[in-house]
Amino acid sequence: MANCKPTTTGNVNLAVEVAGMRMKNPMLTASGTFGFGEEFADFIDLEQLGGFIVKGTTLEPREGNPYPRMAETPSGMLNAVGLQNKGVDHFISEIYPRIKDLDTNILVNVSGARIEDYVAVAEKLALLDRIPAIEVNISCPNVKQGGMAFGTTTEGAAAVTSAIRKAWPRTLIVKLSPNVTSIADIAKAAEGAGADSVSLINTLMGMAVDVERRRPCLSTVTGGLSGAAVRPVAVRMVWQVAKAVKIPVIGLGGISSGRDAIEFMLAGARAVQIGTANFIDPQVTVKAIEWMADWCVRHGVSDINDIVGEI
Amino acid sequence: MGKKQIFDAKITANHALSERYSMLTLQLPESVGEMKVLPGQFVEIRVTDSPSTYLRRPISICDYDNMTRVMTLLIRRAGEGTCHLCDLPEGSAVDIVGPLGNGFSIPPEGSSALLAGGGIGVAPLMLLGKRMKEAGVKPTFLLGARTASEILLLEEFSSIGDVAISTDDGSAGEKGYAADNSALSKHYDIVCTCGPKPMMVGIARNARRNGSPCEVSLENLMACGLGACLCCVEPTLKGNLRACVEGPVFNTDMLLWDL
Ligand SMILES: Cc1cc2nc3c(=O)[nH]c(=O)nc-3n(C[C@H](O)[C@H](O)[C@H](O)COP(=O)(O)OP(=O)(O)OC[C@H]3O[C@@H](n4cnc5c(N)ncnc54)[C@H](O)[C@@H]3O)c2cc1C
Ligand SMILES: Cc1cc2nc3c(=O)[nH]c(=O)nc-3n(C[C@H](O)[C@H](O)[C@H](O)COP(=O)(O)O)c2cc1C
Ligand code: FES
Repeated sequence: MANCKPTTTGNVNLAVEVAGMRMKNPMLTASGTFGFGEEFADFIDLEQLGGFIVKGTTLEPREGNPYPRMAETPSGMLNAVGLQNKGVDHFISEIYPRIKDLDTNILVNVSGARIEDYVAVAEKLALLDRIPAIEVNISCPNVKQGGMAFGTTTEGAAAVTSAIRKAWPRTLIVKLSPNVTSIADIAKAAEGAGADSVSLINTLMGMAVDVERRRPCLSTVTGGLSGAAVRPVAVRMVWQVAKAVKIPVIGLGGISSGRDAIEFMLAGARAVQIGTANFIDPQVTVKAIEWMADWCVRHGVSDINDIVGEI
Repeated sequence: MGKKQIFDAKITANHALSERYSMLTLQLPESVGEMKVLPGQFVEIRVTDSPSTYLRRPISICDYDNMTRVMTLLIRRAGEGTCHLCDLPEGSAVDIVGPLGNGFSIPPEGSSALLAGGGIGVAPLMLLGKRMKEAGVKPTFLLGARTASEILLLEEFSSIGDVAISTDDGSAGEKGYAADNSALSKHYDIVCTCGPKPMMVGIARNARRNGSPCEVSLENLMACGLGACLCCVEPTLKGNLRACVEGPVFNTDMLLWDL
């Protein structure tokens, strides 16, 4: 991969490595919030990112859930998009050729309703040499017959992880659901089944009611909460998981600035993702990277890896 | 489509047009350059200082002058975010992303066009009417409102084309819904409409009956406005399309509405 030239500001090294995937800096964008990267190309230079994760991809095309699919909540939002996507074959033939030569890491978020579907998607993606890692969504709370079951039990998480492990030769990231009693136990199960890294958190299950219409705001009644509102929950979970596993942890959930990203790294994250905050400021990622470099200078940190899990 | 930008614009005037509507005049910075704006496009505005407005608010571009970089926005007090915008003092800066979305079609010179707006839906029709006039199309405006005092920008619309009016209480123009106005009883080369959904459905039905092509501007709830989140989708013959990229303007032949 050509994407290893580190971001250096003065003497600070921001480059990190997640289980074989080398990144210029710890900044990724979260699946489902960044399209295929192209949607943000007018606002930022995508090559300044450590990488970006394209939207949840399934074996077959999916139309997703009916409208309304989102509701704003205090410092956050609920979504019930329901994995609308055109399927992995469309990604491979139409999208991948357009973005593959970018000098950054392009990750695909893989979703499925059955283990065979996850495996089939991973096998197809394994043929693309510019995809250094996949992130397996075992936690999307929107799809009734979908990922929820895998992500909420240790057995389910282990089963899907070990099946994909056989089909995917490069970095395998398992994305965890926060809607569980002990996220550290699920993380350990994924680690034991061959995951190279875990990312967390996916959205928290939530609900909002339109009191004038006396109806749920979302067509699906419940949906996934994201944005600044979830950040303290996410920091806590990253801290717990980082203590429980040896593989690198990728932290996300409400990150809206460089300050927030540093908070996650101190709590144990090797890399971070920004999701919903991209909607509010489409340049938030590159601003956060700059802020992180300045923070390192102010704190006399010469290598950002030194602060990971300091807490 | 032109490049999307993010910039701070300065409010140079804020006029209350009625109790519920305000018109903001914004000076855009030099950095936006020759920004290409299509009639029907919108901007996403960040509303700060208000705890319940986390996401940006989509607002149609009412008018834009490329030479002076002056933009006007028409805003209806719907909730906290829009009230905050209506109350911003002159001189304040607003954080804007845009222009976003597609635009209405401009028919060939000499065509007939009906531009129907209900309530706040008249906003995009100002720039649309001006661009049509420049293209040699004389538009007829159909303005719908609850009552005479809420007919917005009547003078400005009258200087561009003919104006037909409907009010719910009959205090101006014809009494009743815009969708029932007699201006809709003939064929046009294009009918463009923006407003509450029941009104747009009524207008689209009439247009279809008279063999007129019809374009509607949708106000689906949006999160990103950039095509990334898939929250704003509208079911169409081509599947779920994003109102913020493939829309907000759709030809009604594409939609699954019951016309
Ligand atoms: C493409 C597009 C163009 C628009 N153009 C204009 C415009 O030119 N002028 C204008 O005043 N408004 C316009 N709107 C509607 C405007 O975005 C909403 O009224 C605004 O987001 C409400 O925010 P709020 O904080 O004031 O109210 P909230 O407290 O968020 O909501 C108040 C009420 O408004 C409704 N609402 C929220 N978001 C929307 C929405 N996107 N569309 C319709 N209703 C909504 C809510 O359901 C609620 O009933 C447009 C919307 C879209 C999608
Ligand atoms: C509109 C939307 C769509 C999402 N789609 C996906 C998805 O397809 N796959 C996935 O693993 N996570 C998805 N997520 C979850 C995010 O990737 C992320 O885990 C979550 O939003 C928390 O991060 P944030 O607070 O920074 O947004 C989605 C989130 C949002 C808001
Ligand atoms: S609002 Fe996000 S895709 Fe349209």
